[in-house]
Amino acid sequence: MISFVLIFLVSFIFSGILVRTKSIASGRKGPGIMQPMKDIIRLFRKGSVYSETTSLIFQIAPSIYFASILVAILVVPVGNFKGIISFEYDFIFFAYVLALGKFFTIISALDTGSSFEGMGASREALYSMLAEPAFFVLMGSLGLLTGHTSFHEIFTTFHFGSYVSYALGIMATFVLVMICMIENSRMPVDDPKTHLELTMVHEVMILDNSGFDLGLIMHAVNLKFAMYGALIANLYIGVLPFYIAIPLFFAIQVIFAIMAGSIESFSARFRMNHNAQFIFTLSSVSLLIFFGVLLVLNKLN
Amino acid sequence: MIYLLAIVITVIVSIVAIIMLPTRAKASTALLTVVVSVVLSSILSVTALSGNTIEFILSGSFVTGPVPFRIDALSAWFILTINFTFLTGIIYGQSYMKAYYDNPKGLSMHWIAYILCHIALIGVCSVQNSLVFLIFWEIMALSAFILVIFEGHKQQTLKAGINYLIQSHIGIMLLTLAMIWVMIKTHSFDFNAIGIFFKTLSSIGKLVLFFCMFIGFAIKAGFFPFHTWLPHAHPAAPSHISGIMSGVIIKIGIYGILRMLTYVQGGYSLIGYIILTLSIITGIYGVMLAIIQHNLKRLLAYHSIENIGIIGIGIGLGCIGLGNGNQSFIFLGFAGALLHTLNHSLFKSLLFYGAGNIYQSTHTVNIEQLGGIGKKMPHTSFLFLVAALAICGLPPFNGFVSEFIIYNGLFHGLGDADLPYLMLVISSVFGLALIGGLAIMCFTKAYGAIFLGTPRHRIQGEITESLISKLLPMYAIVLLIVSIGIFPKFFINLLTPSVGVFTAIYSGTNEAMSIPDFTTLKAVGYASLALIGISALLFFIRNSIVQFKPQDIETTWGCGYIGPATKMQYTASSFIRNFRKLAEPVLAVHKYKKDVEGIFPGKAWHETHPLDKAEVNLIDKPIKWLKLFLNQFTFLQNGNPQIYVLYGFAFIILIIGVPVIYDLFMGLVKFLYNL
Repeated sequence: MISFVLIFLVSFIFSGILVRTKSIASGRKGPGIMQPMKDIIRLFRKGSVYSETTSLIFQIAPSIYFASILVAILVVPVGNFKGIISFEYDFIFFAYVLALGKFFTIISALDTGSSFEGMGASREALYSMLAEPAFFVLMGSLGLLTGHTSFHEIFTTFHFGSYVSYALGIMATFVLVMICMIENSRMPVDDPKTHLELTMVHEVMILDNSGFDLGLIMHAVNLKFAMYGALIANLYIGVLPFYIAIPLFFAIQVIFAIMAGSIESFSARFRMNHNAQFIFTLSSVSLLIFFGVLLVLNKLN
Repeated sequence: MIYLLAIVITVIVSIVAIIMLPTRAKASTALLTVVVSVVLSSILSVTALSGNTIEFILSGSFVTGPVPFRIDALSAWFILTINFTFLTGIIYGQSYMKAYYDNPKGLSMHWIAYILCHIALIGVCSVQNSLVFLIFWEIMALSAFILVIFEGHKQQTLKAGINYLIQSHIGIMLLTLAMIWVMIKTHSFDFNAIGIFFKTLSSIGKLVLFFCMFIGFAIKAGFFPFHTWLPHAHPAAPSHISGIMSGVIIKIGIYGILRMLTYVQGGYSLIGYIILTLSIITGIYGVMLAIIQHNLKRLLAYHSIENIGIIGIGIGLGCIGLGNGNQSFIFLGFAGALLHTLNHSLFKSLLFYGAGNIYQSTHTVNIEQLGGIGKKMPHTSFLFLVAALAICGLPPFNGFVSEFIIYNGLFHGLGDADLPYLMLVISSVFGLALIGGLAIMCFTKAYGAIFLGTPRHRIQGEITESLISKLLPMYAIVLLIVSIGIFPKFFINLLTPSVGVFTAIYSGTNEAMSIPDFTTLKAVGYASLALIGISALLFFIRNSIVQFKPQDIETTWGCGYIGPATKMQYTASSFIRNFRKLAEPVLAVHKYKKDVEGIFPGKAWHETHPLDKAEVNLIDKPIKWLKLFLNQFTFLQNGNPQIYVLYGFAFIILIIGVPVIYDLFMGLVKFLYNL
């Protein structure tokens, strides 16, 4: 329960910090930290416009997308606090629930019969497909290293014993950060601030959403950031007592937000056809983690 | 025994009746027969599944020897799966075939073949005498052939049917070969003799005999590279036949493999490694080809190949477990495989029935020509969506449960594993995750292009929702899909005796072994319920807020362009273009196009034809070479009767002459030797 509340709290400020970082990096004054949240609340109050082409799918998809992320967060622990739902191999459930949400966003984009939204849907489907193996290999390797199989047990037994495991921790962080950037359609895979529909991924899928539904989708991005942030934080929190763990959790989330903001400020988006290669790289990094684990466990001889 | 007699009498009576009765009554008679045999065989299977193996021995004949009927938990699981799909298939089918009332002879054949196919499948699952087994197998293959070529006046259909017939006979040939080998050595057709014979073989002999059988069954099941008949036969058959073919007939191959595995004594590890590797390739290859298909039924056929791959991963895992004596592997692997067998038969038959609804109201299964029919066929759209989510392995549906169990098995006990196994596991995990992602891509494409958006093609006549008699069996399947998703523990408990057949091999006793604690599955069920609950709650909240806000209906956003045309909408091909580009080295897509050229351009067009590289290289090319070689001898067939008489004469001389010459030669050798 506590983990859910903590992640939910972080989701309110995450985008704010990210946007703030970007504005400072580009020398602008920029909006306040709570501004993205205020925008979302305003969206919740607005009426909506629906395309005449759309069907029920278009209306139900944002709710299911949001619900899928909520359920995924239910599984994620924070330090010693278990997720509300925690069972062996819950990370498989985690990944597949997120995939369910993605399935619905993709078909809701296709529901509009638009010439642009299918493009975004196509890219989203491809990129998330390529990112999926990286996550599974990563979690499998961590499971192999710790000998446990649920998020909570893996993270609470993940120790930094040797130099190699430090390297593993850092590589795992890298993979999770990148998966998070891909899942949220951020730099360097997608640029949320681009103005051309042809170069968008996520933004172009939700062109026709408005009002409450758009608010849900926008906040879903915040939740997803906070969720992956929590996974990353877990790599470092371990079994620390709660009075250290909770401040550390927030600190790591803030650092992650600033890091994401910096990545967006200082890197350019890849060409669309290079994205696939980039995401494959991710899989190879997670394979590297796997071999690292084999090294630690002395399996290579 | 009495059950067997009852089934046989019912079948014979109904076959005669179907021929006699007027067109309208044929389907109901067939339905009645199938219901009777379903009820009778299910009673036996449920008894067997509760742990009491049913066995009775017919005296047989001089040729066959005694014919044992044994229904153990493994057979029972398959019989129940077959029964359910055949039942929904015939309820759906009798409504589907109403469109063909102008062809009464064809219908008689069709329904008779349907009944025979059902009986043959049950026979294959319960008979344990090699010769009778092969006879049932052949009846099944032939009746399935008749079912496929119902629309035999179409050349495409006939070609697909014959392709199936030939390939399935290659399988039968291999099986016959293996079983004759066993028969010659043991002088018995009883399956137990196979087990005894396996014990006497060396490890290489075991491997050869097993893979002789494995390939025979793999052709039926559709393992890569023996899958090439499948994508031809499924689209050619009527939809309920595609449903039962993909749902259960190909699963009988899986049954065969599993049954033979119970007789292989030892050497499981290597077999496991080979099956696992082959299955990963099968899975990934199947789904990669599924994505690029334009024909909906062909797309679904390639998905069957993918799912056979997933089932195979489970079987491979179980075999490795048998090899190194790890009970959890055995249980998780085989339980995953068996549950996925049931699951796939459910959602795949549902998808094919959905495709049938689409075909009968739009007269096409070309995805590129469809679009926006979800509004006109809301039930079909909903049912197809559920099946699509289930086949992608997404919670809260049944596909997730079986994939979860297989993942469980893959991740289980990695700590004690050796390096080769770890490498294989990590590639399996990689493959399974990739299959999951690709399946999502494939079904978002299929569902999105068919049911959503606007129509891409003008379709003759009104598109209407299908009759309730077609939708009812489909809803029955959905009910089962959802209940497996929410109560996985219950179904695993049902499955335990069937898996016990394999755990017994290891322990050597018949009692079920300590089964891994499956409280996890209960948690999965709860988590799925939570997902449904939260989604429903959120949608309810949204609706109660949104209904008080102003709502407008506008055209789709087109970058400021306000005259959106249907042709501007994303198509299925364009949806998968990125993937096609990426996967080009593995796939073979032939592309033809005419560009827009000049000042007054003519009509521009673009078409893509997805080919199966395995089929091109393994079937088409060798046949082409064979034809080239055989063409050398066309001069022999010159149509001149005198020459043909000469051939006959030459043949007789040869037959008589060869032994004579041989004798002379031997005499000469003897003579020289004596010298």
